[in-house]
Amino acid sequence: MTAAPVTAAQLLVRVRELLAAHPPATTGREEFLRARFDAGLAWVHYPGGLGGLGAPRSLQAVVDTELEAAGAPDNDPRRIGIGLGMAAPTILAYGTEEQKRRFLRPLWIGEEVWCQLFSEPGAGSDLAALGTRAVRDGDDWVVDGQKVWTSSAHTARWAILIARTDPALPKHQGITYFLCDMRAPGVEVRPLRQITGEAEFNEVFLTGVRIPDAHRLGAVGQGWAVARTTLMNERVSIGGMRIPREGGMIAPVAAAWRERPELRTHALHQRMLELWVEAEVARLTGERLRQQLVAGQPGPEGSGMKLSFARLNQEISGLEVELLGEEGLLYEDWTLRRPEIVDFTGRDAGYRYLRAKGNSIEGGTSEILLNIVAERVLGLPAEPRDDKDLAWKDLAR
Amino acid sequence: MSSPSAAPLDLLYSEAEEELRTAVRSLLAVRCDAAGILARIEGGRPHDPELWRILAADIGAAGLLVPEKLGGQGASHREAAVVLEELGRAAAPVPYLTSAVLATEILLGCDSTRAADLLREPAAGRQICVPALPLTLAPGAPLPAPVHDSGDGRLSGTVTSVADAVAADVLLVLADTGLHAVPAANARITPLVALDLTRPLATVILDGAAATRLADPATARAAIAGALLSGAGLLASEQLGIAEWCLTETVAHLRTRHQFNRPLGSFQALKHRLARLWLDVASARAAARAAADALATGAADAPLTVAVAQAYCSGVAVRAAEECVQLHGGIGMTWEHPAHLYLKRAKADSLALGTAGHHRGLVADFAELPAP
Repeated sequence: MTAAPVTAAQLLVRVRELLAAHPPATTGREEFLRARFDAGLAWVHYPGGLGGLGAPRSLQAVVDTELEAAGAPDNDPRRIGIGLGMAAPTILAYGTEEQKRRFLRPLWIGEEVWCQLFSEPGAGSDLAALGTRAVRDGDDWVVDGQKVWTSSAHTARWAILIARTDPALPKHQGITYFLCDMRAPGVEVRPLRQITGEAEFNEVFLTGVRIPDAHRLGAVGQGWAVARTTLMNERVSIGGMRIPREGGMIAPVAAAWRERPELRTHALHQRMLELWVEAEVARLTGERLRQQLVAGQPGPEGSGMKLSFARLNQEISGLEVELLGEEGLLYEDWTLRRPEIVDFTGRDAGYRYLRAKGNSIEGGTSEILLNIVAERVLGLPAEPRDDKDLAWKDLAR
Repeated sequence: MSSPSAAPLDLLYSEAEEELRTAVRSLLAVRCDAAGILARIEGGRPHDPELWRILAADIGAAGLLVPEKLGGQGASHREAAVVLEELGRAAAPVPYLTSAVLATEILLGCDSTRAADLLREPAAGRQICVPALPLTLAPGAPLPAPVHDSGDGRLSGTVTSVADAVAADVLLVLADTGLHAVPAANARITPLVALDLTRPLATVILDGAAATRLADPATARAAIAGALLSGAGLLASEQLGIAEWCLTETVAHLRTRHQFNRPLGSFQALKHRLARLWLDVASARAAARAAADALATGAADAPLTVAVAQAYCSGVAVRAAEECVQLHGGIGMTWEHPAHLYLKRAKADSLALGTAGHHRGLVADFAELPAP
């Protein structure tokens, strides 16, 4: 968009027009969301015609606040987080016009849920080592392989997928990025039960799955560059939430401390205060990052926020189980369930303790993120590596 | 909690604050290098009066917290915090925390004409005014026993661990009859051998010292309590500056120092330590900025925000300095390398104005998380 930049005042006018034409009280949820998308008020920094107006990203808050106050439905980012946080920015950056028009609208409205087919049993932190193959066959690609740790695969309509298209090239070069129809023949989703007892994740088996070449994202062999866009957006979306003081994991611990004096010990008091302070500092750090983004001076703190929250969530939830004493020995329910949304803080202390163990693994392990901070923020040299120039097929595995 | 969510704090630096930072940093780059600091320490005179004159008077840093009508700059704790970040980064031996923050806040808290008149000299950088209180005195802790006023305006008593007293022109003394100003010449100031070479300590002995009364006991105690709160909040910015210098120097060292035919910084064990330290420093910045902003705006929850900043930033500064020494290896153990100046300053700062443990106790009170 090369037009004059959209202002907050202009956005407010558009919001009020939308509300007047589609009063939330009498308009169906999806109908309202479609109208909001078509008015360019879905993600204001996206281009016109694709749910946005080419406005500064920081002005989204103006729209959200006004719509929330008017009682308008939101698009439940918890349920469609992978689509919003990862698929959408990648499609926007690399998609053809046709792909953008086909996928972004139902994605934003939540009519089509997305999942991410990246990790494999043999390629986790070393994601570029993936072995799922895609072979060209006429206008299609034929995909075979296995993916794992796939949140939402059981509810997803579409997936972002990376697959190997040339095993003779070094591992980063022979990868291509696709948009995969989860209803295509040969896609099999099996629940993967976790330490919490739930099956929030899945294994996905791909057997002779045909993907039309029109659903390739970016050039053949350029999939790693496309995937990096996805991964960078993933980390931004994990770190960018605003929470109130004593929000998050520390809340139930502080509440139990106040309400149940019989649980208090001096040793637990010291640990709780240390963690309360750290949680407050993490909140302030996140708030400072948000203020930097709004001021148009993004800092590198975003790459560190996930590290802080993972460590804190684990330490706080561990303390909570101890604080509860006998009750901490119990667990609410081990029934296998398949939740539609990822819930980090719900249920009981035992669930929080176990679920938080994933916080330092999902979306990049803490070890990988520490390397990223060390190399990209501090400018420390990369570790020597011997897989850079070897063909993928010749790598040890 | 009674106040679950505070008003939004401004956690960024304004353009004016960045300009002030640039001015202070340029001055320190020229006038406050580590070799010079060491030379003055070895000569027994750690303070550099010329550096202080330029910083306090020419740049106007001493009067930042003082209203313009009292001869100051009419700025706020946010600007003073930026100065302290830079002074921490340089381990600068100047009486900023004592004179421009603590003594200044005490005098402002007295709200008397006499105190206001007295404030003009330190605010303009012409005099150094230092509170005769132990450096370890913390907000929320009981004040030490006051010195005795014999009734004719003459004070007698001893105060220990008084920071920057050796450079003072005027001492602010808490006596049983209230707050008094004592010309340094009227006191016996005995230098102590301090852990921190850059913030000298002394014992102040008053033996019938002539003094001028500034405030009654209740006002004096309230003024001191307010000053300790500001001092603790702003000390977090000094600690941030210390931690930043330690991180930056250590990263630079590990990028260039080769062992085992590789730069040391390419070893993952060391990269992860530095990445964690960077994260802690970024968090310390948010905590220190929050404290400075809460003090500047007089936020209702400023005491909690200050306690959080002190409980957090003390430890980060010490850890950064300890990592700096360790990761410089043998070089970090030498007298010539400045790492020890920062380690000593960081460790002494972790005792100054309340330990992290003391401030966590305050957090327990403010956040209503009582001990068993």
